[in-house]
Amino acid sequence: MNTLKAKKRNEAFGRFITFLCAILVIIVTFSLVIFIASKGLTIFVKDGVSPIEFLTSTKWRTEANPPQVGALTFIIGSLVVSIFGILISAPVSISSAIFMVNIAPAWGQKLLQPVIELFVGIPSVVYGWIGLSVLVPFIRNNIGGLGFSVLAGGLVLAVMMFPTIASVAADALRAIPEELNEASLALGATRWQTIRRVLLPAAMPGLLTAIILGLARGLGEALAVQMVIGNAMNIPSSLLDPVHTMTSIITMEMGNTAMNTLPNDALWSIALLLLAISLVFILLIRFIGKKEAYK
Amino acid sequence: MKNSRKRWSILLVSVMLMLSLVVLSACSGSGDTAAPSNDASTSDNSASGSDDTSSNGSSEETAPADDLSGTVTAAGSTALQPLVEAAAAKFMELHPNVMVTVQGGGSGTGLSQVSDGAVDIGNSDVFAEEKLDADKAKELVDHQVVAQGFTAIAHKDVGVDNLTKQQLKDIFLGKITNWKDVGGKDQAVVVVNRPTSSGTRATFVKVAFDGEEPIEGNTLTEDSNGTVLKTVAETPGAISYLGLAYLNDTVMALKLDGIEPTVDNIIAGTYPIWSWGHMYTKGEPTGAVKAFLDFMTTDDVAEIARQKNYIAGSDAAKLK
Repeated sequence: MNTLKAKKRNEAFGRFITFLCAILVIIVTFSLVIFIASKGLTIFVKDGVSPIEFLTSTKWRTEANPPQVGALTFIIGSLVVSIFGILISAPVSISSAIFMVNIAPAWGQKLLQPVIELFVGIPSVVYGWIGLSVLVPFIRNNIGGLGFSVLAGGLVLAVMMFPTIASVAADALRAIPEELNEASLALGATRWQTIRRVLLPAAMPGLLTAIILGLARGLGEALAVQMVIGNAMNIPSSLLDPVHTMTSIITMEMGNTAMNTLPNDALWSIALLLLAISLVFILLIRFIGKKEAYK
Repeated sequence: MKNSRKRWSILLVSVMLMLSLVVLSACSGSGDTAAPSNDASTSDNSASGSDDTSSNGSSEETAPADDLSGTVTAAGSTALQPLVEAAAAKFMELHPNVMVTVQGGGSGTGLSQVSDGAVDIGNSDVFAEEKLDADKAKELVDHQVVAQGFTAIAHKDVGVDNLTKQQLKDIFLGKITNWKDVGGKDQAVVVVNRPTSSGTRATFVKVAFDGEEPIEGNTLTEDSNGTVLKTVAETPGAISYLGLAYLNDTVMALKLDGIEPTVDNIIAGTYPIWSWGHMYTKGEPTGAVKAFLDFMTTDDVAEIARQKNYIAGSDAAKLK
C-alpha cells in the first residue's frame, strides 16, 4: 500500500515538474515574441514610418533628419547569400545523406556521422574567421573583386548549413519503409533508379524540410556572414559584390545606437522581420510535413 | 471529449499570453525604477565602505589614509575603452577598496545604459544629444576629460603617404577612385567605412568631410577597429579611418596636408582630426565615481594616455 502511495506521489511530482518546465518554456517563447513585436512595431506606430517604405526602400539613414528607414538592401542581401548557400549546400548535403543511408550504410555512416557532429560543434565565429583569413584572400587573388562577397558568404554558409541539411535528410531517408526499396529492386530497377525514382520522391517532404531548415539557419546566421560579406549598402549585381544582411546590420549598429530611439527601434523592426520569416518557414515545414508522398 | 480538450488548450494559451504580458511589463517597469536605486546603492557603498576600512585598519598593505571605496562601472565607446581600462587599473592600485569595471559595447550602449542607471559612467565619442531623446540627454552630465585623435589609414602599397584634406574628402565621397589620381600607384581605391552610427565615423564626417556622408555602394563596412585594421592591411588599395590608439604598423597612417597624425601635433593644434571623448554620468557624480572622473584629469592619466596615443590631463586642458 505504502509503496503504491509513494509511487503515486512520485508520479504526481514528475508530472508537476515536467509540466512546470513546459509552461516555463512556453512563457519564455511568448514573451520573446511579444517583446520583439512591440519593439519592432514602434517605428511604424510611434514614428510613423510606413511599412511599405521599410520593405521597399533601399535608403537606410536612421540617424539623418528626417530618418530614412529602408531595409530592402538587407533583405535582398540576406536572401541572396542564403539562397546561394543553399544552392551549394543542398545537393552536397543530400548526396551525403543518400550515401550514408542507402549506399554505404555500414562504413559510410560510421565515417560521416562523426563528421556531421563535428561540423555542428564548430562555433560560427571560427567559420567566419577561417572565411576571413582563407576564403576572402583566395577569392580576391584568384577570382577577383575585393574578396568580401556574396560568394564568400554563401560558401561559408554552405558549410554551416551542411550538418543541418544532411542530418535531417538522413532521418527522412531512414524513415522510408524498407519494403519500398525491396519492391523496387524486385521489379528489376538498379540501385540508382531506385534511389532516384522511388526513395527520393518518397522522402521529398523530409528533404524539403531539411532544405528549409538550412535556409533558416543561413538567414539567421550573423557573425560568420558579417565577417566575410563586406557589409556594403549595395544591391549585388554579381557574386563578387559585397552585400549587407539583416543580421549584420543589427550586430553592426546595435552598440552604436541608444535604446528607445528610432535608430535602435529600426533594428528591432529588422529583428521582427527575421522572426516573421522564420515563422513562415515553420508554417511551410508544417504544411509540407502533412503531405505524404506515398500512401 | 475532443472539444473540451480544444477549449482547454485555448484557455491555456490565453493564460500564457497574459502571463508573458505580466512578465514583460514587469521588465520594462523595472528599467525606470532602477536608476534611483542604483544611485543610492553607489553612495551607500562608499558610506559603508569607509566604515569597513576603519575597522580593517590593522591590515597594513592597504593604504591606511585611503577611505575611498565602492564600485564604479563604465561602459560604451570602444575607441575610449583601452584608455579607460588602463586608467581604471592605475586607479585601483591607488585605491584598493574601489572596484572599477570598464566595458565596451559602443557609444550608444554606453549612453543608454548610463541613462537607465545600469552603469555609473557612459563613455561616448559623440554628444548625448546626438543619440538620446532630448529630455533623457538633459539628465546626463558631460565630463570631457579625454581627447582622442583619429587618422586616415591606407594599405601599405598604395604609393602615397600624404593626402590633402580635399583629396581625402574626394576619395571618401567617391570622386577619386584610383590612387594614381593622388600620385600613387595605378590601383583602384577600396573605401572601408564604419557603420553610419559609429562615433569614429561621425568625427570623420564632421571634421574631415565637412559634414558630407561618404559614398555607399561598392564599399566595405567593418564594425570594429580590429576588423578595420585587418581589412585595410590585407585589401590592396584599401583606405579607412581609425582611432590613433588602435594604429599599428600593419597599415599606413596617412599624413593630412603634410602633417603627421600624432598626439603632439593635435596638442600643438596643427592636426585637426580629433574629438572629445565624453564620460557621462546621470546627475552630478559622487563618491568613488567622482573620484575616478577627477583622477581622469590628473597627470597620472595624462602619462598613460601618451603611451596609448590619447590626450588627457594637462594635455587635454590645452585643447579647451
